[in-house]
Amino acid sequence: MSELLNSLLGPGEPEITCEQCFELLDEYVELEVRGGDPDGQIPGMRAHLSGCPACHEDHESLLAYVSLRER
Amino acid sequence: MPEVVVDESQDWPRDLRDPATREAACARLHALLLRAARFEIARRDVPHGERDDLALQAADDALVAILAKLDTFRGASRFTTWAYKFALLEAAVKARRRAWQRREITIDDEAWGRIAVRGGDQLETRELLAAIAAAVPRCLTEHQRRVLTALALDGVPVDVLAERLGTTRGALYKTLHDARRRLRAELEKEGLLP
Ligand SMILES: [Zn+2]
Repeated sequence: MSELLNSLLGPGEPEITCEQCFELLDEYVELEVRGGDPDGQIPGMRAHLSGCPACHEDHESLLAYVSLRER
Repeated sequence: MPEVVVDESQDWPRDLRDPATREAACARLHALLLRAARFEIARRDVPHGERDDLALQAADDALVAILAKLDTFRGASRFTTWAYKFALLEAAVKARRRAWQRREITIDDEAWGRIAVRGGDQLETRELLAAIAAAVPRCLTEHQRRVLTALALDGVPVDVLAERLGTTRGALYKTLHDARRRLRAELEKEGLLP
């Protein structure tokens, strides 16, 4: 799907809210960094990140920063 | 910049609460938050002269937010990871608002008439975009239409729009989510979406 279509129609699957996303972001990122199962443990996060540009950016930042600190 | 050593065995919540250790723990945490905020600001389009100020404000605000929410830390991640997200968020919000501070946000309904062109040469995409443009005035409330136009069409960051409209990011995203659901339902009815 084109980027414009994605931003108009969203992911079209169950997603968590922005508040839940912020609440769970640290746990999700640590599961990613440690090779866990983030999407199995926190369903709806991946869909929200694809539908919400602001949370998408916040996730990218935390993932990048934690990865940098872990090196 | 002196390297700040992160001691992961430190019991941050206890040290931040105990009057005997609170001040020193706050100072150490603030240094960590400032470093995270600088990282975020450096990733963004902020003029060099404003970066230090913006990062410091973000670290200050993050520390206040963390102290207010200390009881909600469940230990699902390391304390520092939990804390970093506040600093990164504060820095990102400030950078996004700064980038938009002199830009007026106008809701341009005319833009809907032009979106099919943005589908490029993919016929299917152009058809879908045209169907969406036609469904918007029919299926959405005035508020949903305005929010969808600003966020999805004009690319206004959700926290910038929230500040202008005096609401929250979560409330606006909920409106966007409802609008998207109505549009999807309409396209499904027309057989344009599976
Ligand atoms: Zn969000």
